[in-house]
Amino acid sequence: MKMKSLMLGAAALLAAAPAFGAGRGSDGQLNLLYWQAPSIMNPYLSSGTKDLEASSIVIEPLARYNPKGEMIPYLAADIPTVANGGVSKDLMSITWKLKPGLKWSDGSAVTADDVVFTGEYCMDPKGGCAQLSHFQNVSKIEAVDPLTVKITYKQPMPDPYGPFVSYESPILQKKQFEKCMGAAAPTCTQANFNPIGTGPFEVVNFKPNDVIQLKANPNYRDPNKPAFATVNFKGGGDAAAAARAVFQTGEYDYAWNLQLSPDVLKGMTGAGAKGKVVAAFGSLVERLEMNLTDPSSSLPADERSTAKHPNPILSDKRVREALSMAIDRNLLVQVGYGAAGKPTCNLVPAPAAYADENNTGCLKQDIAGAKKLLDEAGWKMGADGFRHKDGKKLVLSYQTSTNAVRQDFQALIKQWWKEIGVDTQLRNINASVFFGGDPGSPDTFQKFYADVEMYANNFSGTDPQTYLSMYTCDKAPRPATQWQGENINRYCDPAYDKLVAELGQTADLAKRGELAKKMNDMLTKDTFTIVPLVWRGTTSGVANSIAGEDINPWDSELWNIADWSRKK
Amino acid sequence: MTDATMKADDLPEIAPPRSQWRDVWAQFRNHKGAMIGLAVLVVIVLFVFIGPLIWRIGPEQMPTDALTLIRSKNLGPSWGHPLGTDQLARDELARLMAGGKISIAVGLTAMTLSISLGTLVGVLSGYFKRLDGILMRLTDLFLALPLLPLLLVMVMLFRDTIAHVLGLEAGTFILIVSAIGVTSWMQCARVVRGEVLALKEREFVLAAKSIGTPPRRMILRHILPNVLSPVMVAATLGIANAIITESALSFLGLGFPPDFPTWGRLLYDGVDLMQDNPGLVIWPGVAISLTVLSVNYIGDGLRDALDPRIRGR
Amino acid sequence: MLTYTIRRLILAIPVLLLISLIIFMLLKLAPGDPTAQMPLTIPPDVKEKMKEAMGFNKPLLVQYALWLRQFFIVEPLHWCDVLFGTHFATGLQRIISWQTRSPVFDIIWQRIPQTLTVVGMSYLIGVLIALPIGIVSAYRQYSWFDQIGTFVSMVGFSVPTFFTGVLLIVIFSVELGWFPSIYDTTLVVHDWASFAKQVRQMAMPVAVLALYNAAQISRFMRASMLDNLHQDYVRTARAKGMGERVVVLVHVLRNSLIPVVTVIALGVPTIFGGAIITEQVFKVNGLGQLLITAIYADDVPMVQTLTFIFAILIVLFNLVADILYGLLDPRIRYD
Repeated sequence: MKMKSLMLGAAALLAAAPAFGAGRGSDGQLNLLYWQAPSIMNPYLSSGTKDLEASSIVIEPLARYNPKGEMIPYLAADIPTVANGGVSKDLMSITWKLKPGLKWSDGSAVTADDVVFTGEYCMDPKGGCAQLSHFQNVSKIEAVDPLTVKITYKQPMPDPYGPFVSYESPILQKKQFEKCMGAAAPTCTQANFNPIGTGPFEVVNFKPNDVIQLKANPNYRDPNKPAFATVNFKGGGDAAAAARAVFQTGEYDYAWNLQLSPDVLKGMTGAGAKGKVVAAFGSLVERLEMNLTDPSSSLPADERSTAKHPNPILSDKRVREALSMAIDRNLLVQVGYGAAGKPTCNLVPAPAAYADENNTGCLKQDIAGAKKLLDEAGWKMGADGFRHKDGKKLVLSYQTSTNAVRQDFQALIKQWWKEIGVDTQLRNINASVFFGGDPGSPDTFQKFYADVEMYANNFSGTDPQTYLSMYTCDKAPRPATQWQGENINRYCDPAYDKLVAELGQTADLAKRGELAKKMNDMLTKDTFTIVPLVWRGTTSGVANSIAGEDINPWDSELWNIADWSRKK
Repeated sequence: MTDATMKADDLPEIAPPRSQWRDVWAQFRNHKGAMIGLAVLVVIVLFVFIGPLIWRIGPEQMPTDALTLIRSKNLGPSWGHPLGTDQLARDELARLMAGGKISIAVGLTAMTLSISLGTLVGVLSGYFKRLDGILMRLTDLFLALPLLPLLLVMVMLFRDTIAHVLGLEAGTFILIVSAIGVTSWMQCARVVRGEVLALKEREFVLAAKSIGTPPRRMILRHILPNVLSPVMVAATLGIANAIITESALSFLGLGFPPDFPTWGRLLYDGVDLMQDNPGLVIWPGVAISLTVLSVNYIGDGLRDALDPRIRGR
Repeated sequence: MLTYTIRRLILAIPVLLLISLIIFMLLKLAPGDPTAQMPLTIPPDVKEKMKEAMGFNKPLLVQYALWLRQFFIVEPLHWCDVLFGTHFATGLQRIISWQTRSPVFDIIWQRIPQTLTVVGMSYLIGVLIALPIGIVSAYRQYSWFDQIGTFVSMVGFSVPTFFTGVLLIVIFSVELGWFPSIYDTTLVVHDWASFAKQVRQMAMPVAVLALYNAAQISRFMRASMLDNLHQDYVRTARAKGMGERVVVLVHVLRNSLIPVVTVIALGVPTIFGGAIITEQVFKVNGLGQLLITAIYADDVPMVQTLTFIFAILIVLFNLVADILYGLLDPRIRYD
């Protein structure tokens, strides 16, 4: 009897641990530190990148981008294209094939139904799905057979890789989320915190805004991976503290998003440091946005910063150009970003197919030229060291969010502008108010109650079409739209709107690149509506003992966590 | 006071009748700690208000060309920059002086506002039973309100209006001082009320009441002098609190614009660079501590000097 | 005293309701947006739909009434279900955080252990060292002990915790490597080794906070003792031949405790409020961190619930202080 139960137990153990490769779980615990703590593991209900990063090691999309910005299949067998027949010739549909034999971490099979369900889940009108823009123009998602999914669009899509691509749009398990559709989505706490996935790890314990404990997924498709048995995903603190924990005390293996001045990082990563800084460049650009409308507080509330009143100073292109010429972008990079930044004049700095490498005119500071332009524009130097025209002083208000590097930039730029005779009033605003769209607040970046403001923006994925479409006349924030809208500068040029429409119908890659460059130039070097300053990289800290890490600016930084291991 | 008049009666030719305040000053002068504290405070005030007239480098001044800037940032003390330079090669001494101007003004004004408000509410609610319930529930309400949203709302509602009337700088100053004052009087009020409740039942108060002293005189003559010591403690703690809160406000974007350095902000900005450039945290830290310490000793001396029992000895 | 207590408790209910309404209005009036932290790549119309799904745009009074119902009816029913296995709350919506989409009370419950161990412990230690320091400082006014005590407590109070905390980390975690710089909330104490680990990770945050609390309380203790040491009754007591220890520790101390009790009672609710900065510096992730992240994310249900619990504690502990006044000084009458 005893012997028999022992035998049975051993057999059960063998069954539960099918053919584990020697590599899986051999390297103990991996410690990740995200100073912005994840709040939820469901990216469709998420409120920030931190949540997407955390969920990306548990749930996976059909395909994602690698550090070069190329699409690589994850759950899909390959990438559908027009050439291999996966994308229809009229660009109206795309057909994905799943890898055969995929299993969820609970052991059940991954089928096309799960993919279809994920689409329905996000497109439910009552669900408030955060990734809805990935499903733009989708008319129908259907399972052709258990391993094939066909997505049909309402119009030809030059870029059909919206749904189920990148860490923003991974596949959920139908069985787990079936009862969580629409209005019921937020009530499924258990599912939202512990999603069943196909990724290398599964959640053991999720404490929102604090810590996540994960363990290797026993059903992961590669029996030798992941090398780590458990992951401790800690959140909280600030960037400097996170850097200290990796570089100086060595308590953690990886710290995400270390946006710190080079002075601070240099002090921590000197000789004897226990880790190194890694950086990669996506499409994030720190820029000055010029307000083309008048933000004066003497205007009535519903006319302030609207197209009704052009900006009395910045409407003149020469002034905008002079302001850009006075800036030494190289110094800004050295002071604020070090290796994690590059000076740029482009709104679209990457990928190479869309970036205008000839737009480099702004890289050299030209104080004399700036002064000359202002003279031409009729702004004459006064006795007080500032310029005047028609009895009015050349004074600009310049706002940004609260952040040590941004305040240093403000101080430097104010100094340069002072040199060319421009007075600047600085303001910094708490990020959660500045980037919040509360129409009641005067301090949001959309309302733009200032002449100049500074922040960074990028686009998701590798295609800038949506990004460049933000600057059409109808997208200007104004009272009629509750101050919502992405055309922050209130830029309005019918020729530009026409180009946007053209880009939407062009499928040829070379042609698209040409259009994008043209639009990029219109916004930057032709009009100086947007004055790019720094092409910012994503920076993180990695312990010296970690191998296989490959920072990715186009997708989750943890995209290849299955390949990470500890050096012996 | 009785002591003083008696002395004057006994020896009219030697000591002419002295006013109460002169007496207080005489006692205060004898308090060694208080005098040192006063001297230090005067020096600090001179340093921040007169200093910039002698030390002519501006707090926001930095080298205009990139190379000099890179070379002269984060320097240690030197003749050109006695306290070194910060991460943008700005002179730390000039920044400390400019920062002190705002921090001291904000600290003293906000503290005065907060303890005046606190003492007023505390005395009224401790002395008048009818007011006690309503005033203490008001205190509970203020204690419970979340500070951050409250400040955000205040700024949103009043910033532009005040700035219109008083100008940007004066408007910001008034707003910050009242924001700190209005959100920090509650502890003082509770403490004063507790003391008044006990004082009200003391013999000398009952005696004064029985001879028909009106409430106004009762409060000014008998109650207030006896609650002075906790108020002094609250005042000292209040200054430190106001200086630090001001820096918290500037991060939220509710305080002074970023080109106005303050001690609290200098300290905060320096924390990340603590290991490479310790001067950036040491100097503002020392300045805040010295100010608070000197105010503390002045408070000690003042309390002793205002206490008739101690003064008589 | 009992009738007074009961009267105050009954009166507390309308007061608290009013406070909750004011807090709610304040939160809704404050500029904020629950989607502010989302990347700018998410278009405004999608953000608008998310807010719609959260109930952000419902009329204010409806939102408030919903919260009241959830706080006073659904939550108690839910806890009743949990405790007794009943099914009163099945199908009823609990208070849901906008940020995490999970019940607010579950998260608060998760945060209480680390808050109590770190913030609570530091408060206790702060009070325990502040009282003797205050007493001795007053009794030996202007002695060396008093001067050093004054200096330390003033520096302790005027140097903010965001500085002392980082300083301690640089010294003890980076240079000496004695203590961890990051607090592990998943640590379970089950044997001596894990207990030692817990003590090590608590050491720095508790020290920072205890210094801050002790500085404040010891000043009030000292000032109040000084006031009483010169009173006539002290002279009388000494004249009667009472021992110095009895005079100071019984008569003077008892009469000096009123302001100290007030300050301590005011501090107890703040334990629940957590220590925002210290928790941030040491990554303790207690209630303070919960509150501040919720405020930044404009998570109204979470902030409202936390502040309201805080308000209840304030009303309660101020009542406790008032009752203690009566016990310390029987002449104080409320009736």
